[in-house]
Amino acid sequence: MKLTVRIWRQAGPATEGRLVSYPVDDVSPDMSFLEMLDVLNQELIAHGEEPVAFDHDCREGICGSCGVVINGQAHGPERTTSCQLHMRSFADGDVVDVEPWRAKGFPVIKDLVVDRSALDRIVQAGGFVSAPTGSAPDAHATPVPKPDADLAFDNATCIGCGACVAACPNGSATLFTAAKVTHLSLLPQGQPERARRVLDMVDTMDAEGFGGCTNTGECVASCPKGIPFASIASLNREFRKASRTGRG
Amino acid sequence: MSDYVTGDPIADTKAPGVPLETRWDERKFAAKLVNPANRRKHRVIVVGTGLAGGSAGATLAEQGYHVVQFCFQDSPRRAHSVAAQGGINAAKNYRNDGDSVYRLFYDTVKGGDFRSRESNVYRLAQVSAQIIDQAVAQGVPFAREYGGLLDTRSFGGVQVQRTFYARGQTGQQLLIGAYQALSRQIDAGNVELHPRTEMLDLVVVDGRARGIVARDLVTGAIETHLADAVVLATGGYGNVFYLSTNAKGSNASAIWRAHKRGAYFANPCFTQIHPTCIPRSGEHQSKLTLMSESLRNDGRIWVPKRKGDTRVPEEIPEDERDYYLERLYPSFGNLVPRDIASRAAKNVCDAGLGVGPGGLGVYLDFADAIARMGRPAIEVRYGNLFDMYQRITAEDPYRTPMRIYPAIHYTMGGLWVDYDLQSTIPGMFVIGEANFSDHGANRLGASALMQGLADGYFVLPATLNDYLGGARLDEVSPGDDAVTRVETEVRDRISRLLSVRGTRSVDSFHRELGLLMWDHCGMSRNREGLRKALDRIPGLRAEFWRDVRIPGGAEDLNQELEKANRVADFLELAELLLVDALAREESCGGHFREEHQTADGEARRDDEQFSYVAAWEYGGPDGLPVLHREDLTFEHVHPTQRSYT
Repeated sequence: MKLTVRIWRQAGPATEGRLVSYPVDDVSPDMSFLEMLDVLNQELIAHGEEPVAFDHDCREGICGSCGVVINGQAHGPERTTSCQLHMRSFADGDVVDVEPWRAKGFPVIKDLVVDRSALDRIVQAGGFVSAPTGSAPDAHATPVPKPDADLAFDNATCIGCGACVAACPNGSATLFTAAKVTHLSLLPQGQPERARRVLDMVDTMDAEGFGGCTNTGECVASCPKGIPFASIASLNREFRKASRTGRG
Repeated sequence: MSDYVTGDPIADTKAPGVPLETRWDERKFAAKLVNPANRRKHRVIVVGTGLAGGSAGATLAEQGYHVVQFCFQDSPRRAHSVAAQGGINAAKNYRNDGDSVYRLFYDTVKGGDFRSRESNVYRLAQVSAQIIDQAVAQGVPFAREYGGLLDTRSFGGVQVQRTFYARGQTGQQLLIGAYQALSRQIDAGNVELHPRTEMLDLVVVDGRARGIVARDLVTGAIETHLADAVVLATGGYGNVFYLSTNAKGSNASAIWRAHKRGAYFANPCFTQIHPTCIPRSGEHQSKLTLMSESLRNDGRIWVPKRKGDTRVPEEIPEDERDYYLERLYPSFGNLVPRDIASRAAKNVCDAGLGVGPGGLGVYLDFADAIARMGRPAIEVRYGNLFDMYQRITAEDPYRTPMRIYPAIHYTMGGLWVDYDLQSTIPGMFVIGEANFSDHGANRLGASALMQGLADGYFVLPATLNDYLGGARLDEVSPGDDAVTRVETEVRDRISRLLSVRGTRSVDSFHRELGLLMWDHCGMSRNREGLRKALDRIPGLRAEFWRDVRIPGGAEDLNQELEKANRVADFLELAELLLVDALAREESCGGHFREEHQTADGEARRDDEQFSYVAAWEYGGPDGLPVLHREDLTFEHVHPTQRSYT
């Protein structure tokens, strides 16, 4: 296949960016989207140009490093990560726009690379169970009902890629925060810090410049891991309850 | 001309001379302690945030040390431990199926083909149970049964169900547990985190590791960080083969630069090939994807009996299929250890029976399992793996067998460490895949997660106390000669790389190196091939330094420069790997030398001559590597030829 890709090029955080058009020939349907970018970059290097900077690492859809907006959709047309999107989703002659995540909470570093450290700071604010090494009781001391464990797992599969933020018209990190709050509040181990956790994480989310949630649902539609929409309702419930009781 | 010179033997002097069962307790009791009030005065550098680094950073900070932690990724949660799928072993014996610390120890020593240290492996088995407790307390959502208790399954090379798992995402869940523990310490101000920062050299002052030189990958700034001890948790060197299941960024630079500063490198030729990876689809292939080996619990591996059988697999009748693992190894069947399963796949493909493009694949068939348990049960166990397979290949494994082929996956070799996990440079500790310590010549499935977390949560925090409590550390100033010299060398190297302005991309060199290594030092090796590769490497390295093209400069985000720094190190490490593979004139575990096999093609180990760890000392840019042998003694598990038939 032959494609034309129009890619966001931006030299640095403080410089203006723009879309630049590149032809890419010899695209195989079995290539991943990132392998197509690899091919383009090899071409650019051969012509003495700077290759396109983009984040990626595991290329198996689990590390959460990669993430670009493809034709206006976070991670592109399939419900998966950019690295697991394959070129068979495109047709010969297509023009494909590739942009970085766009959100106030994710400043651009270069080309398609953005700074997502705000998500780490939301977790640092309370997305954990305080269980210092060595203090744990036997793993079977507290059985966890399977439905709770399974739903906790569904929420724990979040890879922190930030697609939810990029897809949201408000640039909100609510789905990301909801997944962690729901994961830990479902488990007996997460109970003692339950109220404090949700209040501190939501405060940090707001302070980092992420927008509010208006239940648009674009986050869920773009999430490569299928974090449930209902988790946002859980977050709101947890937040209201904790607001009444205080940090506990 | 010889490829190396032989130096004095080396020995582990830290494991106490008491019975195996009490060694670790004895070592912990004898270890010096650091008064809690004094711990915060000690700065400890931890490089890497995977299972080993993340758990170590969190635990050291909980103990009160001031931890300075680095990762090249944009977040600690992205370290490649995240991609481990199948599970984590622990001697809990929740199944009441005869498991015990001793059995896990026994299986690991045997699975490692008798090339690991009994002391270390026994300790690993001892602390394994605590890891599960720790992870559950953190909220790691392991798979559970309806009664609310933890589920377990069996894994390659063992006959008990001791593997805990979280669907096919065990590594991710355990890593997030460690990441969250680390995040808590960052918030508390006990860990200073430097993401997007890559270690480029080690600072050694008066013979002790006292810091690192690192590059801020966003601004390009070269920074020196000083500390009282340095912990490397930077993973393995599988990407020396270019195509592997490692993440694209996984690299050996930290351990290689430390090696050049005096740390011995042990058993580099012990590399593991994983039998169940998705075959490559073309020239553009940038990495290989593993399908968890847990699939072998329910999938059956076969090839057509007839060469050139082009029928689709569903149309090949039962009696025209060769379930070769079940035929060759009736008692373990599809669950033989990784090295055996991989080599068997290579043998059938070499015999022309392989399937898929280029004949480099075998079938992994779930039809029987689906018929027996129903599709929903298979979906619960392997759903995400099946989805991943379908996404990559556009084939539906519920309807047609998967195609799999072996790929480089893990490296058992790594920096030499003693029982305390301390390298030959005092003050530098090495944990997780970056060290060589526990897996011998072959790692059993679900043991990498166990080792990374054992090292980080439980072993290092005890032994590091002993070092810091006993060492007299003088103040080091950033202006000291020993410090500024390293920084200058790092800067000079980057300038040299950028000034080449040649014609070939970094990737083209990396691909060429990888192919050379895979062809001659992959699943099976022989003298002639190893020699050929060894002859080619210096030329390739010279070409790299003469002709590499790195666009851009050093003062901002430059991913080509990052890659160039890593590939330059792989080009050196590859040579040591080949020398080690040539010197080890036996077959054991992941190291299969064609000259050393039995009449029916099984590996032939040589305990008389090679029951040792090969610890290599850097011989200087123009010198030969120096081999120091550490003799292995087996008091409990007596070496026998492994048999899984």
